This record gives sequence, C-alpha cells and structure tokens, in this order.
Amino acid sequence: MSNETNGKSGYLVEVEDLKQHFPIRTGFTKTTLLKAVDGVSFKIRPGETLGLVGESGCGKTTVGRTLLRLYEPTDGRIFFEGNEVTKSNMREYRKEMQMVFQDPYSSLDPRMTVEDIIGEPLDVHKLYSTKSERRDKILGLMSLVGLNAEHATRYVHEFSGGQRQRIGIARALAVDPKFIVCDEPVSALDVSIQAQVVNMFEDLQKQLGVAYLFIAHDLLIVHHISDKIAVMYLGRMVEMADADELMDNPMHPYTQSLLSAVPIPDPETARKQKRIILEGDVPSPLNMPSGCAFRTRCRYATERCSAECPPFTDRGNGHMVACWEK
Amino acid sequence: MTETNTMPKKKALSLQVDLSKFEKATDEEKRQQDVMSKSTTFFRDGMRKLMKNPLAVASIIVLVLIIGTITVAPAVVPYGYQDIIKVDGKRDKTAKNLEPFKYSKKEMKYMEKTGEKLFPHIMGTDSMCRDYFIRVVYGTRISLTVGLFASILVLIIGVLYGSISGYAGGIVDLIMMRIVDIIYSLPDMLIIILLSVVLNERLSATQNPVIKSLGTNMVSIFIVFGLLYWVGMARLVRGEILKIKSNEYILAARAIGAPSGKIIRSHIIPNCLSVIIITTALQIPSAIFTESFLSFVGMGVKAPMPSLGSLANAAREGLQSYPMQLVFPAVTIILIVLAFNLLGDGLRDAFDPKLRR
Ligand SMILES: Nc1ncnc2c1ncn2[C@@H]1O[C@H](COP(=O)(O)OP(=O)(O)O)[C@@H](O)[C@H]1O
Ligand SMILES: [Mg+2]
Repeated sequence: MSNETNGKSGYLVEVEDLKQHFPIRTGFTKTTLLKAVDGVSFKIRPGETLGLVGESGCGKTTVGRTLLRLYEPTDGRIFFEGNEVTKSNMREYRKEMQMVFQDPYSSLDPRMTVEDIIGEPLDVHKLYSTKSERRDKILGLMSLVGLNAEHATRYVHEFSGGQRQRIGIARALAVDPKFIVCDEPVSALDVSIQAQVVNMFEDLQKQLGVAYLFIAHDLLIVHHISDKIAVMYLGRMVEMADADELMDNPMHPYTQSLLSAVPIPDPETARKQKRIILEGDVPSPLNMPSGCAFRTRCRYATERCSAECPPFTDRGNGHMVACWEK
Repeated sequence: MTETNTMPKKKALSLQVDLSKFEKATDEEKRQQDVMSKSTTFFRDGMRKLMKNPLAVASIIVLVLIIGTITVAPAVVPYGYQDIIKVDGKRDKTAKNLEPFKYSKKEMKYMEKTGEKLFPHIMGTDSMCRDYFIRVVYGTRISLTVGLFASILVLIIGVLYGSISGYAGGIVDLIMMRIVDIIYSLPDMLIIILLSVVLNERLSATQNPVIKSLGTNMVSIFIVFGLLYWVGMARLVRGEILKIKSNEYILAARAIGAPSGKIIRSHIIPNCLSVIIITTALQIPSAIFTESFLSFVGMGVKAPMPSLGSLANAAREGLQSYPMQLVFPAVTIILIVLAFNLLGDGLRDAFDPKLRR
C-alpha cells in the first residue's frame, strides 16, 4: 500500500480510503454530514474492468464522481499510474479519465448537435489543427460507437436512448482516455438494447484497451463485463473479489442476498437455491447504525457487529470481505 | 437480436474502409459545411420552425404593419397630434367629433372653392377638433416605446439579478431571493399608483432636460417597471440556471475539463436564452397593458401627449355618441397585445426543443 511502490505496482487507478461527506441541512441552523462514501479503496489495472454493485443510494455514483474530482473528496487519495491526482493537477488527467453518465437524456446538451457534443472534448483540449481534421475525428468516433455519420448535424432530441448513450460514449472516447467511469450506463435503456450497449463496451475495451469502473445494480450485467466485482452497502465496500469467485463463493451476507435475487437460467440450480429476502429497509444514510452498517438487516448479526465496524480483510486470493461472522 | 448485435461491429470495422463511401461523403460534407457554425444552426432551425407557425407569422405581419404605419404616418398625414385642424390657416372649430372619412363644413367649402383635395380624417376627429388617426398613431408610438423600453429594463435587471443569484447559490441566493419575495408580495397596482404620484411631484420639480422632454410621467413609468417588474424575470432566470446547472451535461463538460467560462458560454447561456427571449416577448404586451391602464386611470403620459390608454380614457366621455373613438385605440391595444403574445408562444414552440411535440 505504500506510495513508493505505486509507480511499479502496475495499477492504472488506485483509490485509497476515499470519503465523501455531504453537509445536509437538517434544521434551520443545524447541518448533518451525509456519509455518501465512507472509506472506499480499490485498484484497477490497465484494460481491466472493476464492477461496482449495490442498491441505489449506496454511493456508487458518488464514488465515480469523487474519483474524477467532480466532487472534492472529503478525504482519501487517488492515484493515476502511480501519481497522486490532486485538485491542482486534475486538469492534466481529464484526458486520461472520463465518464459515461447514467441518464442519456440529461447528460447531453439539447442545444448542441451530435457533432458539437462529441467535438467538445476535442475543442477543450485542442486535439485538432484544422476543421476537417476535427470533423474526421468526430465521424471516426461516431462510426466507432455505431452511429450513422449522416446524423452528425442532428440535435439529440431526435435520438433514442440507446443512440444517445452511444453519443455519450463517443464523447468520453474523444480524448482517448485510459480509464472510463461508466455510471450505470445501461440502467435507463430497454433490456434488448442493454445487451447491445454492454457488448459495445466490451468491444471497445478489446479494441482500445481502456479500463472501466463499471457501476450497475444488475449483478448479471456486471458479472458479464467485469474482471473483478466490488459490492457496496451504505457508502462502504463489503466485499470485493474476482468476478467468478464472487459469484460462486459470496461470503458477505449482503452479497449472498443480492445473488439469491438474481434470476438463474438453469432450473436445476435455481431449485436448489433459496432466496434470501432482506428484512427491513435500508437505514437512512443520515442516521447510520453503529458498527457494521448492514447489521440491522443481517441474519447473523451479533453484539460485536453493533459495537465495532468490521475491517475489510483478505480471505485468500484477494477475496476481500468486511464481516465479523463470515 | 443477432443482427442488431453485429451492427455495431460492422460499423466499427467500417472505420478504416471509408474510401468506398468517399463519393457520398463529399455530398454530406457540403451539407455539413453549410451548418457548421452552431449558433446560426440553432437560430436558423428555430426560425424555420417559427415561419411554419401560421399564428406567429400572422402576428409578425400585423406587428410589421403597425410599426410601418406609425413610422410613416407622421410624415404623410399633414396634421399634428396636438393641433386643432386648420383650414386656410384658420382654426376650424366645426371639425368637432367628425365621423371617419368625413369633412367638416369649412373644409368642404374650402375644397369646393379651391378644388384642392384635403387629406381625409381616416378615423375622424376628436372633441377638440384634432385629427384622430394621427393621435392614435402617436399613442401607439408611445405605448410601444414604453412597452419595449420597460421590457428591456426588466430584461437587464432581471437577468443580471437572477443569474448572479443562480450562479452564486448558497447564502447569497437565499438573501437575494427573499428580497425578490418581498417585492413580489407587494400589491403591484397600488405601489405603481402611489409611486407614480410621488415620483411625478419629485420629477416635475427637476430641471433635467431629458426628463422634461420625456415627460415626468413616462420617466416614472419606467422607474416603476424597473423597480417592480424585474422580479418575475429574475426568478425565472435563476430557476432556469439552477435547473441547467443540475443537468449531467454540465458535469460532463466539467469531466472533460472545460473551463467555467466555456461552460457558461456554450451550455448555460444557450440553454436559458430561449426562456429569456420568450419571456421578454411576453413582457412587452404586459408592459403595454400596464401603461395603458395607468394612462386610462390618468397616471400615465401627460396631455396633450396621447397614449392608447389615455385616448381610450378621453373617449369615455362621448361614448354614447361617438363610440368609434373608444374602438380605435382599444382595437389597436388588442392587436398589439395579441400579436406579441402569439409571437411569444410561437417563439417558445420554435426555440424550445424540450417543449416541442
Ligand atoms: N451532491 C449531493 N449532495 C448531497 N447528497 C448527495 C449528493 N449526491 C448524492 N448524495 C447522497 O448520497 C447518497 C449516495 O448517492 P449516490 O452516490 O447517487 O448513490 P447511487 O449512485 O449508489 O444510487 C444518497 O443518499 C444521496 O442522497
Ligand atoms: Mg447512481
């Protein structure tokens, strides 16, 4: 974990103990801290995909945005290729790290043509010398993500959700980044189109060698695309392992319950598996339980769970779990 | 499913084979070259849609006709708005309350005598023997000018105030918006009447030549608008900027590394511009209406300067015998207000893609 070795570690992106606490007004003068992300660490290798799953509101988007310093982190450090990314040098990394947003509607400016949306990063970083070079690059990006070049001068409201998401991906790819945060890029799309777009993400990764932080709440999609999967609950990571390992051998009770809710194509295994239904609601992030945040809904919870927060420890082969009982 | 799956792959490969498309691409490129500049693209796009809207086009025609008439008429019509009609250099006291296109006795005698044709009184004359058409023309000039300048005043103050409040956010926004709330909660007609009474006394004491030539009432109308009516615009602009700021495309622009200046220029301004233009277009008739109302109750422009409201007010006295004197200014007000409102609606439909369909 020491920083001296980071340069040689071979990781593209490293996040250490990232925290994002939002001050929320709870009274006329009182503010409470909403701990949207509370100590998250992970590492991603070049060309690799880390899947990030969790219920909505558990802080996945906030992790992605804080990682790109769209929000100033409350605490924690971010490294890119071994160098610390700070507020002052973030601008250099805007070309290396990009983001694809969840909402294909609000993430594209309705006043702009497709051409200008995809061209915006080119303009900002001055990645062309002539107008025709700009257009060639834009048309190249459009065909890369499967958009018809004839639509370059159209406005986004003429496109479907799937096409819009492709425009957003083309915009992210315009600066030729090494790392893209994909914030639930398919959640807003029809199921039939989801597969297409996910496949496109895979193809692009093969072609361009980009690494992804792929956020989703659908475990099947995440398993399909990810090398490693991390599971979040209320701002903390509860489990992280290689994708297959996590699916075959989930250790944290929360991961187990998530997996039991995934529909299984094979009826034989489906019959054997019992659904674990979680009791109660997700606690309010403004009023988090003491100790382990999951204990209020956990079948195995003991007194120790409420007294102390379980550490995130390696259980062999890089399978990290934060639980006292497992 | 399979065919849709292979679609993007084919496209991805076609990245390198664009040569086969070369012939086609030149055609396309020409078209794209045409619409390369983004601001004109959006403007032209909106104008095309506006021109397809029959109501908006009719409004534009009506407004152009009215504006054309009030510009040309004073040069063509040989009567003054405050002069009693003169025949042969002498005042014609018989030209009182004439019907449209009628001549007074003296005028008819004069025409018989000299064979010269006098310019007709298109809308007749008023009770003080003045040509009514030219008075309505000047009244329209005054009303339109007041409407236009009041709206520009509202536009400037409202947009500045609203955008500062929206950008700054936090405590600044809070305080600025409470001030707006206070102004909003004042009963505006009462304040306008009180203010214009007070301002009239103050201003008539000054010797300022600009105020003198404008007329104190006009100045107080502007001050009243400047003080009271910008709040609506300010609220709207602030809300719009807050809404735009919360969109993910602003976040996307920041993720790209776009500096704030660029984000404001290429995302925030274009996105609230249409709201500002539309609101201004709708503000003009409301200002004209308020001015007419104030003039009607006698708080507006000073006699003998006519405005559409004061003309209507003057016509009340002879309403039984000469109803046309009320009809002309009233119809003009209706035409102007309606045309601006329909034009504003047309602009909204044309320039706001979110509201389209
Ligand atoms: N800008 C913000 N200000 C205050 N609270 C926020 C902000 N963004 C997110 N939150 C809160 O942080 C928590 C996590 O949100 P988010 O990261 O969007 O979750 P997810 O993406 O997993 O659904 C939520 O409770 C949300 O209300
Ligand atoms: Mg989210």
